Amino acid sequence: MPVATENLSQILYRDMLLIRRTEEKILELFSAGKVGGTTHTCIGQEANAVALVGQLDRQRDFVVSNHRCHGHYLAYGGPLDGLLGEILGTANGVCGGRGGSQHIKYDRFQSNGVLGGGIPIACGMAMGEKLKGGDGITVVSIGDGALGEGTLYESLNMAALWDLPILFLVENNRYAQSTPLHLGVAGSIVDRARPFGIRADEIDTTDVEELLVWSSRAIEAVRLERKPHWAVMHTYRFSAHSKGDDTRDEDEVRAYQEKDPLRIQSARLNAEQLDEAEAWVRDVLGRALAACDAAGEAMKL
Amino acid sequence: MRVLEQLNQSLHAVMAERSDVLFIGEDVLDPYGGAFKVSKGLSTAFPDQVITTPISEASIVGLGTGLALQGYRPVVEIMFGDFITLIADQLVNQAAKMTWMYNRDLAVPIVVRTPMGGRRGYGPTHSQTLEKHFLGVPGLTVLAASQALDAGALLRIAIEEIDTPVLFVENKLLYARQAIEPGELDMRKSDAQVPTLTIGGGRPDFSIITYGDNLSLVLEAVAYLHEEEELNGEILMVHQVSPIDFEPLRVSVMTTRRVVVVEEGIEAHGWGAEVIAGLSDISLEAPPERVGARSLPIPAARGLEEQVLPQKQDVIDAVIRTVDRYHV
Ligand SMILES: Cc1ncc(C[n+]2csc(CCOP(=O)(O)OP(=O)(O)O)c2C)c(N)n1
Ligand SMILES: [Mg+2]
Repeated sequence: MPVATENLSQILYRDMLLIRRTEEKILELFSAGKVGGTTHTCIGQEANAVALVGQLDRQRDFVVSNHRCHGHYLAYGGPLDGLLGEILGTANGVCGGRGGSQHIKYDRFQSNGVLGGGIPIACGMAMGEKLKGGDGITVVSIGDGALGEGTLYESLNMAALWDLPILFLVENNRYAQSTPLHLGVAGSIVDRARPFGIRADEIDTTDVEELLVWSSRAIEAVRLERKPHWAVMHTYRFSAHSKGDDTRDEDEVRAYQEKDPLRIQSARLNAEQLDEAEAWVRDVLGRALAACDAAGEAMKL
Repeated sequence: MRVLEQLNQSLHAVMAERSDVLFIGEDVLDPYGGAFKVSKGLSTAFPDQVITTPISEASIVGLGTGLALQGYRPVVEIMFGDFITLIADQLVNQAAKMTWMYNRDLAVPIVVRTPMGGRRGYGPTHSQTLEKHFLGVPGLTVLAASQALDAGALLRIAIEEIDTPVLFVENKLLYARQAIEPGELDMRKSDAQVPTLTIGGGRPDFSIITYGDNLSLVLEAVAYLHEEEELNGEILMVHQVSPIDFEPLRVSVMTTRRVVVVEEGIEAHGWGAEVIAGLSDISLEAPPERVGARSLPIPAARGLEEQVLPQKQDVIDAVIRTVDRYHV
């Protein structure tokens, strides 16, 4: 179905579904031993990426992501075959197979798996944009676990001190690897930025349409006021931290799965629209995988 | 027993004996038991001695240093060795200097343990062998576990016997490897506090000096050279990577006069250069050879990673170069 005739609800659903099916495929490939190393999926958190990163303007906005970056990358508009190729280690990988799952770059998007390292870099990108007089913003995404890194607090200070056009996207999925929030994070997450004079807001929902409205306000605030903003999304991941062991309580995971963003969004569509979305994703994913097959193993250093 | 169990059981034993040993790190609590499972069971057995921390590498090493100054013997785990760049200031400018700089008989017995190394496809920030940046730091001892020496016993030396900061390197492939049983290989142990092993019998034609998990490819290369080229190799397995105890290395190289140094870290400006410098007064039959990683970050894709990290064939080729040009 041509995109032009889709309504917004359908587009949001389809974009989330693409991330979901892609990451399910990635996990399947790992289990089948087709990929080495490790990967972190955002299954359950797709709405965050689609609602916030999906609204950015690829012509002028920057994204600095972390280890859990596939959803951000796809929502930003990164090509699917380049992502899969990067993970599979085929020659069409968006970084030629050098970076792998956690280290990808496309246009103004980049990610790195070392927690906390990207935050000051994002400040520098925001400062560059400011110095050049551009109207782009920089989004840096961190999880609750990365709140432990000192670079964050140094960056908050700089961002406030110099009025940097930066949006801190904090995805609190309540766990850092195996560590529940209460064992890793003291005090309030949303309040962390406020003593620096940074405007902060939080939202606790997996409804992509609610997130969309909330995110557009955060983005516009940074774009128009040219000041930092601290945006906290309370969320949950359904899959394991990386490939394997998940020590979370199964009932807890199940309870959050009731609020699956795809399920919430699917309630707004009819059966035909849902089928169309699945078919579209299947087609796009199939073609991306075929492109990886055709490209062959990455061998050029 | 695998090296993983050696480390884990040693921690269980030492923590049972001494309440001043504290285990500190990210995700170290049961049932998870650490990213590589070295701390499995510890938080259940010793709930008061295990501290799971926020993701704050620099600060947990600082915390460990403070605890060491309070008379504890903390073992701090850094989840991936790549992140030791984050703790460089705490180790280099703080912990390692204290005893000398304050001119006091001050014990700072902190052990920082970390898994290093590649060959698992973890990509550029989770595969490196970065201890080279911490070699030659006054006051800091760098140890590396291997299959050949009981890794648990080595860890115990680090925790109990060394009163200055120790960086304890565990190549991640070691965890799943079986420890070499005494008697399995012909080996002699030096009598230093941290022993070097001299592996190989008969009259050796060449010496290979190495540490860590390089042993696995070195053993394969030596076996190949024995079978195909009728060359006998002697392997010097170093466990104290810095400072280097040259004595056992010199004894071997003075016999063979052919030497190859193997490391997984980047060869340029590496450990091997320092080893060779320390042997440079010995007149060799052939120029010394070095094997290490190429001067590139470690790529994620398998086929690319193999091209960057040293392989068995590189060791074989290096040995051959020491004999081909200058016949035995
Ligand atoms: C500096 C650093 N320390 C530790 C790690 C290992 N690690 C990777 S992800 C992770 C947990 C991160 O938790 P959080 O920030 O909440 O993000 P989430 O995984 O929940 O998306 C850890 C400890 C790392 N990659 N970098
Ligand atoms: Mg988290």
